Amino acid sequence: MSNKIAVQVDDLTVAYNYKPVLWDIDLEIPEGVLMAIVGPNGAGKSTLIKSILGILKPIAGSVTIYGKSYEKQRSLVAYVPQKGSVDWDFPTTALDVVMMGTYGSLGWIKRPRQKQKKAALEALEKVGMLPFKNRQISQLSGGQQQRIFLARALVQDASIYFMDEPFQGVDATTEIAIINILKELRKAGKTVIVVHHDLQTVPEYFDWVTFLNVKKIATGPVKDIFNDDNLTKTYGINYKVSIQE
Amino acid sequence: MLGSFAVLRKQSLLGDAISHAALPGIAISFLITGAKDSNTLLLGALVSGLIGTFWIRGIITKTHLKSDTALGLILSLFFGFGMLLLTFIQKQPNANQAGLDKYLFGQAATLVESDVWMMAIVTGICLFVLLLFWKEFKILLFDKDYAKTLGFNTKTIDILITSFIVLAIVLGLQTVGVVLMSAMLLAPAAAARQWTNSLATMVFLAAIFGAFSGVFGTAISASQNNLSTGPVIVLVAAVFVFISFVFSPSRGLLFKQIRFIKNRRDLQLHKTLSFMYDIAITHDDISHPHEVKILNNFQGYTRGTLKKLVEKNYVTLEGSTWSLTNEGFRSALNLYNQLTKNDE
Repeated sequence: MSNKIAVQVDDLTVAYNYKPVLWDIDLEIPEGVLMAIVGPNGAGKSTLIKSILGILKPIAGSVTIYGKSYEKQRSLVAYVPQKGSVDWDFPTTALDVVMMGTYGSLGWIKRPRQKQKKAALEALEKVGMLPFKNRQISQLSGGQQQRIFLARALVQDASIYFMDEPFQGVDATTEIAIINILKELRKAGKTVIVVHHDLQTVPEYFDWVTFLNVKKIATGPVKDIFNDDNLTKTYGINYKVSIQE
Repeated sequence: MLGSFAVLRKQSLLGDAISHAALPGIAISFLITGAKDSNTLLLGALVSGLIGTFWIRGIITKTHLKSDTALGLILSLFFGFGMLLLTFIQKQPNANQAGLDKYLFGQAATLVESDVWMMAIVTGICLFVLLLFWKEFKILLFDKDYAKTLGFNTKTIDILITSFIVLAIVLGLQTVGVVLMSAMLLAPAAAARQWTNSLATMVFLAAIFGAFSGVFGTAISASQNNLSTGPVIVLVAAVFVFISFVFSPSRGLLFKQIRFIKNRRDLQLHKTLSFMYDIAITHDDISHPHEVKILNNFQGYTRGTLKKLVEKNYVTLEGSTWSLTNEGFRSALNLYNQLTKNDE
């Protein structure tokens, strides 16, 4: 971990209708951490990621990646959406989906070539899905689909990875496989930000954590701030009213 | 061809709405020019079709209404308006107006050479754009948010696809008409989806199915008197869809049912075999004979399965007793591994 700030969020406020989903979020994510974003349902975890990535438009506030706007730093960022966000019956193969990770660097119109294909195959290998490369994506299990998504992000060869619940609905083997890859990424100096649900595994998997419930409750090293006090503040009864959707 | 995208976007009804929305455009451009030149009429159709489409998109994004509500609303609004204009035109003392209603159900017979050229050119343009932006179309259809994070302007791609769908529909209006156009758009795509798991093949097949329906339909309607072309083309396309639904090897109903029955049989067989195995291992000698009667306690056992097991040489029968063969023992042992292997 260095002292550089990878992602900086200032005064971010996001609302879908009248109700703010995120309120005045200030967040600094140092380079090289493996960070969990935790919070109850409807706390705005996915929204936070989507706003940082420019998928959602915030009402107020700004986001910078290594000091510059996201549009300028796009190539440094990779995204793993929630598995449920796409139609897995789409007529395409596992390899094809992973290849999509190269589309960003290719830009408009240009087609993926041998080099891109090789990168995609390597990423498939990394997540242990090489034998399934020509498999139609609807015929993959939930865990395998998640691995495909992860491989697609790996292909982007980014510095910062955002992942929206990569452990959702996967079995223990896949979970271990995924977390090992994430830890490898951190070892390589990458910053990894994960929306996470299983509080039990936070101390084991992550070294940095952000508590979120519409407002930012706390952020910092797991060993310092992952405690009952912050958990109660985030999940506690007092906050129940404001988290109902 | 472009229908593939509509089907995959789960916006199948969009085609219907667009073709209906094109009607007032035809009427208005006739009112303005007073001529029945098909190119100007289609231009009007294109404009009102596009307006309808973007209204639909506006309704969906700006209000809480679901897309089917928005589609239904725009469809009936534009169609109603179009009909109103048509009846108004019919009352006018303009001899030229006769035949405008052909756009309702289409009439391929009225196509002239210039129309055909027009279609060929536009099809060529569509094909070119499709190939050019293949990658962009694909990623937008599959995962829009992700495409956005990669830096693609998803709105532009979206508008491009939608515009071409509108263009394709408007061109088809002359042939099959407002009411049946959406079938022409969707039927080939739906049929093609049954046969393949690759987007490229699907689009290609849809184009072929569409072309065949066109050719066959026209041939049939030409060989008989009083058969209008448009409906016949759509019916031919429907036959393609029906055949695809039933007979497609991977997704078809027929093979699904066959596979289902076969799986059941296999599982029954395996179950019986593993039950026999459980009995057999209680003895030192695995080929120790047992009464057939024991099996009657076991759910799922039938004489048929026993016979199958004998055929497969897993079991030998002697009078009213059975015994496991070495082969049967081995395969029972492997059963669990096999099952998990099949899962993968």
